[in-house]
Amino acid sequence: MGLRLGIETLAARGLGALSRAAGRGGGTTLPGKLLWKLDPGSVDALAARLSKGSALVSATNGKTTTTAMAARILGDGSRLAWNQSGANLLSGIASELMSARRAELGLFEVDEGAFPEAAARMRPRVVALSNLFRDQLDRYGELELVAERWRAAVGALSGETMLVVNADDPVVASLADGRRHALRFGLDDPRHARPTLQHAADSKYCIRCGAPYEYAAAYVGHLGDYRCPACDHARPPLDLAAREVELRGLLGSRFRIDAPDGAVDIELGLPGLYNVYNATAAASLSLALGASLSDVQTGLKAFSAAFGRFERIPTGGKTIVVLLVKNPAGANEVLRTLETGVPPVLVLALNDAIADGQDVSWIWDVDFEPILEHAGRVVVSGDRAAELGLRMLYGGLSEDRLEVEPALERALDRGLELVEAGTELVVLPTYTAMLALREILSARGLVRPYWEGERP
Amino acid sequence: MNIVVGHLYPGYLNIYADRGNMAVLGRRAALRGHELDVRSVGIGDPLDPDAYDLVYIGGGQDREQALVAPDLVEKSEAVHAAHASGAALLAVCGGYQLLGRGYRGRDGSVMPGVRLFPHETVAGSARMIGDVLLECELEPGEKHQLAGFENHVGRTILDHGAPPLGRVLFGFGNDGESGFEGCRIGRAIGTYLHGPLLPRNPWLADWLLAQAIAHASGSAPRPLDPLPDELEEEAFRVAADRARKRGGRR
Repeated sequence: MGLRLGIETLAARGLGALSRAAGRGGGTTLPGKLLWKLDPGSVDALAARLSKGSALVSATNGKTTTTAMAARILGDGSRLAWNQSGANLLSGIASELMSARRAELGLFEVDEGAFPEAAARMRPRVVALSNLFRDQLDRYGELELVAERWRAAVGALSGETMLVVNADDPVVASLADGRRHALRFGLDDPRHARPTLQHAADSKYCIRCGAPYEYAAAYVGHLGDYRCPACDHARPPLDLAAREVELRGLLGSRFRIDAPDGAVDIELGLPGLYNVYNATAAASLSLALGASLSDVQTGLKAFSAAFGRFERIPTGGKTIVVLLVKNPAGANEVLRTLETGVPPVLVLALNDAIADGQDVSWIWDVDFEPILEHAGRVVVSGDRAAELGLRMLYGGLSEDRLEVEPALERALDRGLELVEAGTELVVLPTYTAMLALREILSARGLVRPYWEGERP
Repeated sequence: MNIVVGHLYPGYLNIYADRGNMAVLGRRAALRGHELDVRSVGIGDPLDPDAYDLVYIGGGQDREQALVAPDLVEKSEAVHAAHASGAALLAVCGGYQLLGRGYRGRDGSVMPGVRLFPHETVAGSARMIGDVLLECELEPGEKHQLAGFENHVGRTILDHGAPPLGRVLFGFGNDGESGFEGCRIGRAIGTYLHGPLLPRNPWLADWLLAQAIAHASGSAPRPLDPLPDELEEEAFRVAADRARKRGGRR
């Protein structure tokens, strides 16, 4: 480390401690923001110090969970620099690089928009790209633009970088075309295919010729086993495949991963097919970084959900189940895990800060209808509670089953009041609503603040 | 009364939750004892100009828009005929652009349009993204506000004297400069506002339904019976407030 970098990181680190002491949240990105402002090149230098290199994970959905799963798999064998708190812009990565002084291996989730710069600066050993869905169009512009920027960033990677891609996403899979070092993962269990493409499916037209793809199986949004009837562009053969998937509602899932060097049975304590994708992505990434299949099995078995994505919080004889929702594809999968046993009471919370997306139109793309038929009571909350209430009413929920309570704490307590002892209250918040919810639960001593989260 | 809606290219143009607009029209029609019969019209399907009381076209990403544009141009005559016969029309975002004379890309290429609305769209450099609040006067003396969200890189320039849908109170509007948003020709409305547009702007949903019912029944448009709309008004209030605080900023 050069002298200048040493002084800068020292000063920035002091600032993070100061921020925590002042009670201003975790101070997770404050030191990084400072360093990033003082000297952007410091990220290159700090990353270059990692003796085992670094890996980057990006996607619309699942990057936090995938990265956390990989951290659990790899954490016993290496000292990690890992942006666990989800601060996934360059400033957040800079902070983590500063504070994890003895780290050997960097494991970073990266915001879709920040991925090109992160890849250029950090020269990662492995890059894992999982999916692109419509998300926060107000922030990123159109999905095509993100895809184009990724294409350029991948083109600029060293030929030695191992590229891990989700073969089930036509746009993402095509990023690995012609690369020497690539791993393609996907799902292979048509029993779990959706009967039709979801309303909000995105990349459903052939990336080469524009004709609609035909799906042998569509699993999550437009992810699946696709083939273009006009030009034959199709899902590439899978290097890693999740097969024999058994979904067990909110309890989790069991499946087998077939990898180039063998197969392994996986038990996962997270619900839904989307987490099977996340686990398969994490397995591919970890294998590329030198983990064994047995590391993968042990790590995934021991894994509990990443911060705020899926939590069960017992309180007063009832359990609050929190599932993060943030865009149509993700929300649809969360709702799908509830379909088998629709909970009698749901609390939904919609905020519209920058981190949630200021454009709330996405809630109309979510397939709430199957849930609304069966839900006994829906409490809508958050800054855009009224908008969400309209979504419920126009989606077919009768007025007497809808309650509008913009204040999150009151909505939570109302929900708890409505469920019987010994049962679960399911809460679906957007990102900043989830943070606010955790703050409420943390003030009640039910959860710990995120910056004190456990390290594997 | 049976109200027939022709929904153009729902598989391609649905980026900003256009089905929300359909859900609002359907429920508000049903609450007045009417039935909304929505039929999809896709690429290659004929558009029968006499079959529909309301035509709807939503927005898509550039790629999807380019895929449907040539087909829509082939349906130009039918769109004009439907409009001339008094069918109502709502075009949002990309659909609004495609119903003008054309879209000029940054490379100079021109994607021709349907020429229903007297405007031309040119690709700009910065996207215009954010909450919007408009003031409209569709019927003389009846002023209403519309709250929505815009996200477009195209700048739409109305021909001199062409009537906008409304005046921009907060937000960018058609081109970020003129103070105009959307276009209104008789019973046809084009706009960049999504959100989707109709849930929090029920007066416009009812205006469109009244025009469609007039077309279906062959009589003059009559205002519909009012509905409680408390939640709609609250959603409007919050959205309008957002536009006041953060609309039209880059």
